[in-house]
Amino acid sequence: MTVETKLALSATEVRSFSQNNNEPAWFGSLRAEAIEKATELPMPTPDKTNITKWNFTEFPQHTVESAPFSSLDELSAEVKEIIDIEGQENLYIQRNNTPAFLKISEELKAQGVIFTDILTAVREHSELVQKYFMTEAVKVDEHKLTAYHAALVNGGVFLYVPKNVVVEKPLQVVFLNDNADASLFNHVLVVADTNSAVTYVQTYVSTIEQSNGQANLIEEVIAMDNAQVTFGSVDVLAKGFTTYVNRRAHVKRDAKIDWALGLMNDSDTISENITHLVGDGSLAHTKTVVVGRGEQKQNFTTEVRHWGKNSEGFILKHGVMKDSAQTIFNGIGKIEHGASKSNAEQESRVLMLSEGARGDANPILLIDEDDVMAGHAASVGRVDPIQLYYLMSRGLSKAEAERLVIHGFLAPVVTNLPIESVKNQLTKVIEGKVR
Amino acid sequence: MSTLVIKDLHVSIEDKEILKGLNLTINTNEVHAIMGPNGTGKSTLASAIMGHPKYEVTQGTIEIDGENVLEMEVDERAKAGLFLAMQYPSEISGVTNADFVRSAINARREEGDEISLMKFIRELDKTMDFLEMDQEMAQRYLNEGFSGGEKKRNEILQLMMIKPKFAILDEIDSGLDIDALKVVAKGINQMRGEGFGCIAITHYQRLLNYITPDHVHVMMQGRVVKSGGPELAQRLEAEGYDWIKQELGIEDTDAVTEEA
Ligand SMILES: Nc1ncnc2c1ncn2[C@@H]1O[C@H](COP(=O)(O)OP(=O)(O)O)[C@@H](O)[C@H]1O
Ligand SMILES: [Mg+2]
Repeated sequence: MTVETKLALSATEVRSFSQNNNEPAWFGSLRAEAIEKATELPMPTPDKTNITKWNFTEFPQHTVESAPFSSLDELSAEVKEIIDIEGQENLYIQRNNTPAFLKISEELKAQGVIFTDILTAVREHSELVQKYFMTEAVKVDEHKLTAYHAALVNGGVFLYVPKNVVVEKPLQVVFLNDNADASLFNHVLVVADTNSAVTYVQTYVSTIEQSNGQANLIEEVIAMDNAQVTFGSVDVLAKGFTTYVNRRAHVKRDAKIDWALGLMNDSDTISENITHLVGDGSLAHTKTVVVGRGEQKQNFTTEVRHWGKNSEGFILKHGVMKDSAQTIFNGIGKIEHGASKSNAEQESRVLMLSEGARGDANPILLIDEDDVMAGHAASVGRVDPIQLYYLMSRGLSKAEAERLVIHGFLAPVVTNLPIESVKNQLTKVIEGKVR
Repeated sequence: MSTLVIKDLHVSIEDKEILKGLNLTINTNEVHAIMGPNGTGKSTLASAIMGHPKYEVTQGTIEIDGENVLEMEVDERAKAGLFLAMQYPSEISGVTNADFVRSAINARREEGDEISLMKFIRELDKTMDFLEMDQEMAQRYLNEGFSGGEKKRNEILQLMMIKPKFAILDEIDSGLDIDALKVVAKGINQMRGEGFGCIAITHYQRLLNYITPDHVHVMMQGRVVKSGGPELAQRLEAEGYDWIKQELGIEDTDAVTEEA
């Protein structure tokens, strides 16, 4: 394996990559400026996890070539299971760094919905992308990893839903990783214009055992006034990645976002999911479930920040830890001055399945306004023996009883995923992991 | 016919002896009522039979048709035909009532011989109707947010779906209004007959107006101190427990005088 040294791509190389891609000039400049910043900016500092020894920058190569799929028949059985082959009308599959399959219904096209890979969008919908790409939600210069991401974006999705368009059926994306040398600098940008509604569900799936690459994922959701966005994600990236994932939403007046995140990576992972409730009357439900196993180290920060009056944010996080997995859950409800009558609620629960696992739930409420409501519940514990006794007293074996309790514990996200096949996949992944 | 035999049972919780040599034999096709003041060890008996992890059997035997129950894991006891309707059933979030009951039924069947979904749903619907339970209870999470009465009804639903040989009902009547009590009693009476035996633990005679017991036992200080027919329950209702204490020369202790 040849490993490029730290930030091996120079500004010149990044520019030429951009030119080879026929990207508009603004995007080439954004990349080149970002790589300069990446050399100077500090690393992020996730609370309670020391990442100074983690390697977020080295990888075998920036992009790998993969064959696209001319038909869904070519997918492996494992990937087919995630997709309702007949029924799924709007589907994008990315294979490593290659846009590999795209299907979008005539109806959506006629309504003006844009659903395409991010680099095509940069070329074909340049103005629209420029307006939202790392301008409102995530900023290029937040820290080294955001800048590095902006410089090296090599995949992702752009979804734009025009004003007043209500997309009834979920759109689905599969990020397939079947090359151990692939690095994923995926950028997902979802813009739901005024009064629109959309449900977006993605899956990250590695079919390799061990990766040599980086996953630096930034996903932005802009929900304009009165828009409704449901964002589901199941992440199952392989061991070996160093994963940085930043999911962020800007939610405007009376708009609503529902996050349903099943975070099942086998890699060391730093995940932050921040929702800014900027508009009055905005609403966020953030539901996250996590399973940690092996020697995995993970840090999950979920924050809802209230700026608008009467804004409501609900954070629910459930994690199951086994083997020697170490996990930090930071839950932050922040109510800014002026966000009166807001409500910040959170619940973090960690279930430990082995002596060697470590789990830490840190609920934080930061409140800068008087007239608000807020609450939190946090717990770290083991499977309740009395619950097991109750279930076993009806004839269930101990293993089956434990399985039910764990599934029940992770149900809040499973039941909230709007695509049946993805729900089933998550159930299966959980099954495989907690066994 | 099956028989459950409890001999000289001694049970401790956290090193405190609660049951001090209890004897009881029950056959299928019989209903036994166990009555007694609070704190005399009725729930301890029920828990020890089912195998609650906190209760330690220090002496004595429990057998079902000659098989040693005390050597069995909790799920094996259930599969041997025992069922305990608990005084305080657990709440299990994220597991629907219907899924749970189906798992419990299938746990008793061979792999490949699971109950068909259609048949299961038909039976569940029918039983819930019989117990005047709202159909949406099937899709609620197991006991989560159920009222006291709903939990008790749900225990009887499980009983009727699982159809054990022996059911132990621990204060199934407490916290029930009269209508709910009648429904619960209707469920138990439906189960009555060949192949089903029942131990109804109760604090009040009221339940026995609806479920006529074949035998009534009085428990005090960790033992069965008196047994008789249904008339014994009526006398207890009318006169309380003092006459038994006097008759048997039992000194009042904390455990006996504790009130509900
Ligand atoms: N967890 C416990 N730890 C210590 N003592 C207990 C515990 N649970 C019950 N006991 C005691 O055991 C005795 C019998 O309780 P129990 O079997 O519940 O009585 P009953 O069901 O007849 O009211 C009581 O004195 C009670 O205080
Ligand atoms: Mg009791």
